[in-house]
Amino acid sequence: MPVSSPISRINDFVVRFANVNGSGSASANELFARAVLRMGVPVSPRNIFPSNIQGLPTWYEVRITEAGHLGARGGVDMMVAMNPQTWDKDVASIEPGGYLFYDSTKPMPSSKFRANITVLGVPLTAITNSTYTDPRQRQLFKNIIYLGALSALLDMDPKVIETLIGEQYKGKEKLLSSNVHALHLGRDWALQNLKCPIGLRVQKSDKVGDRIFIEGNSAAALGAVYGGATVCAWYPITPSSSLADAFTSHCKKLRHDPATGKAKYAIVQGEDELASIGMVIGASWNGARAFTATSGPGISLMQEFIGLSYFAEIPAVIMDVQRAGPSTGMPTRTQQCDLISCAYASHGDTKHILLFPEDPHEAFDFAAQAFDLAERLQTTIFLMLDLDIGMNHRLCRPLHWDDNKQYDRGKVMTAAALEAGKDFGRYLDVDGDGISYRTYPGTHPTKGSFFTRGTSRDRYARYTEEGPAYADNMQRLLRKFETAKDLVPRPLQANAQKPTKYGVLYYGSTSPAMDEAIGMLEALGHQLDRLRIRAFPFHSSVASFVADHDFIYVVEQNRDGQLRSLVVNEIGIDPVRLVPILHYDGTPITARFIAKAIGDHQDQLKVTPLRKVVS
Amino acid sequence: MTYVVKPKFHHPELPKNSLGFTHRDYEGKVSTLCAGCGHDSITAAIIEACFELSIEPHRVAKISGIGCSSKTPDYFLGNSHGFNSVHGRMPSVLTGANLANRDLIYLGVSGDGDSASIGFGQFAHCMRRGVNMTYIVENNGVYGLTKGQFSATADRGSKSKRGVVNSESAIDMVSIALQLGASFVARSFSGDKKQLVPIVKAAIEHQGAAFIDVISPCIAFNNHSGSTKSFDYVREHNEAVNYLDVMVGRAPIHVDYAPGTVELVEQHDGTTLALRKLNAEYDVHDRLAAMTFIQHHAAKGQIVTGLLYVESDAADLHGHLNTVPAPLNTLSEKELCPGSAALEKINAGLR
Repeated sequence: MPVSSPISRINDFVVRFANVNGSGSASANELFARAVLRMGVPVSPRNIFPSNIQGLPTWYEVRITEAGHLGARGGVDMMVAMNPQTWDKDVASIEPGGYLFYDSTKPMPSSKFRANITVLGVPLTAITNSTYTDPRQRQLFKNIIYLGALSALLDMDPKVIETLIGEQYKGKEKLLSSNVHALHLGRDWALQNLKCPIGLRVQKSDKVGDRIFIEGNSAAALGAVYGGATVCAWYPITPSSSLADAFTSHCKKLRHDPATGKAKYAIVQGEDELASIGMVIGASWNGARAFTATSGPGISLMQEFIGLSYFAEIPAVIMDVQRAGPSTGMPTRTQQCDLISCAYASHGDTKHILLFPEDPHEAFDFAAQAFDLAERLQTTIFLMLDLDIGMNHRLCRPLHWDDNKQYDRGKVMTAAALEAGKDFGRYLDVDGDGISYRTYPGTHPTKGSFFTRGTSRDRYARYTEEGPAYADNMQRLLRKFETAKDLVPRPLQANAQKPTKYGVLYYGSTSPAMDEAIGMLEALGHQLDRLRIRAFPFHSSVASFVADHDFIYVVEQNRDGQLRSLVVNEIGIDPVRLVPILHYDGTPITARFIAKAIGDHQDQLKVTPLRKVVS
Repeated sequence: MTYVVKPKFHHPELPKNSLGFTHRDYEGKVSTLCAGCGHDSITAAIIEACFELSIEPHRVAKISGIGCSSKTPDYFLGNSHGFNSVHGRMPSVLTGANLANRDLIYLGVSGDGDSASIGFGQFAHCMRRGVNMTYIVENNGVYGLTKGQFSATADRGSKSKRGVVNSESAIDMVSIALQLGASFVARSFSGDKKQLVPIVKAAIEHQGAAFIDVISPCIAFNNHSGSTKSFDYVREHNEAVNYLDVMVGRAPIHVDYAPGTVELVEQHDGTTLALRKLNAEYDVHDRLAAMTFIQHHAAKGQIVTGLLYVESDAADLHGHLNTVPAPLNTLSEKELCPGSAALEKINAGLR
């Protein structure tokens, strides 16, 4: 093995904690991430966990990044190896020159280590066993003890961690002091027995600003509260369950009548995803704002209802926290793999609206907006989250709400309008935008009622199997889809410093890795214009962006290039010009991956003039 | 499908209810079902029940699944919103609608294929949840629109029109509803209007999950000898335990039946049902006894009809969820959106 000098870096490295799930490590690890953040240094943590409750390996990765690169980086500079089960793999994954932190209570054979890393042993078990007798305490405090040792090794301010512990155990003095005590046990041992600090250091900075630290699922749930959702029907499925849980806890705080204590919302855990979407459609049909949260398998189950929503034109909001498919796939791994199954969900000719938030901030905005769009367009709106955004804390811009904003309830004919004699045809295109007026049940004693059905009908909602009436309706649905293009969030373009014939399309959770990769590619001399797609159907600027470039890289996290397929299909572009850059092993896409994949392509595209070769 | 427009004029002397509506105001389009279909009798019973209860027609939401029975909401209450949803999924759609607006009356119309076969799960779970609704299963034991296949309520040993004998055991919807916690359970027969109309009325007034299994023979595919859902068979094997005679208002009721045969049943909302008992031992408040009674008579080949169970102080889903009295669909941003100041506080807590 080549000899590597120890990595020496300040505020720019990756620490990975290898734990056993159910061991209580998650809160200590999160405390570590928050402490770095409180020191003014941006972090990007990621949970890598199994579909299991206790006993299987789990990892928590913290990227410490003064430059603010919030995508996964790839590679590990320091491994906190607390799981013997994954030891070999964990040790092997450390970058040359990196650090291995481990529990040195039991001696390990030298074959278990590597020559080109720095090994930092702390006898964690010995310390805990000599201090605590209760087995559960031993387990929990061991985590805080390694955090204390890390604080010394990485030159972190212990006061910051103490403050965080203080906030966590506010009012529980005994727990507070025992946690602080454990922290210092570890810290003091490291200071006395190891050379502190090591080459990796956290130094106070001011790069966090007013940003907040929140999980995408929680932000989306909060968006649903602000967006006026009153009915949530859902069925537990990883990685979306925490979204419904978050909606429940946000509502408990924000949606009870202060005088009576009554709830201004209804949350029902359905018996399955079919019931969940059925309740959403029933509630929306009846004029409430309703949503469900699910993942890929749930989308599969909801197909028939989604077709009903499209054809009978009933609003619905589905928050799809994507995970790796197909079938049960990898339930705790991330992908962007439901684009096709959502965009064209259900049998027959259908097209649906998808929103692609890049982070929790946009998850909040788009979640709230989804309800306006659903009611305006009277159809299903998919909020396309994924596990990477949904289940990880992400540093993002603070959430914002404009108090002057009013909900767009769409075209709803009121009792007064009906009374005034306004012609009501449920499927009549009065404004030429493909969107018809609807009435809520119970509006007027004699006017405005109609029979909602999934079968074909005429403009006045009367059952018909006449071909022209059916085709007329299908054409109107297409006009409505056209209208949607200007209502959904527009793509955001960023151009290279110099004019270029190469472009990149990307979306959703790929965003932070893409931003970082652009910097890496520019350093290598590759100029690329970027367009971040934020919704389907595509705004006209997507077609012009593609037209303006010779080659477009389409970067996404699935095997089949699903966004690329949508672009080819909906805009009618020669597929040869769209180069797929695909990452789909279930881990979040990294800047290193993107930069290498695009860099390799760019090199291939470089044509060396023949006369240079022969001369 | 034929489409017939019903003439709008009617006899000027048609009786009116307390709201001034006539029967005609509760009718819908002309039925497209087969002549003599039991379902049309149920439609007539629903019309009669709503007329007699003086319900404002537009305050009813009628929701169905798919099948012959699920088409019927088009044939009654033409001024109500109707929703012919997805096969077997009426219960979830209705549950959602009910959550959105607790002030409407919810009528769920389904069939045996819709509720006992494809939608058995949804039927079960909406009963468990106690959704305030009237759930009517128009039960003919057969698939009509697809021409005569058995449904899950077809009795074992019964013969299809094509001569096939059903080898699978039947699902008894009322027994299941009782077990799942429905707070109002009844069974009736489409051919017995006298029994059916008051049951529908009582179910509508009931504040909770009310389930009615109505045996409704299929004239086209399940009315032959060998069928256990034919008019003849049901008439011969019907064991009516009671009749609801009057079901009105919230005031004391005078009933002129011989003492000992009439029982007054209080409902949670203050309405009173007068129950004319045909079987002296039958107790409509005893869930367990009802289940045993039904099973006991089923073993003898008898179909027990009447009001089988009612829970006087039933609770509904809104009660469980502690929702505000105002329908959720009437709340605006003023009531729903916590505003920017609350969001600033949330932001501060996330740093």
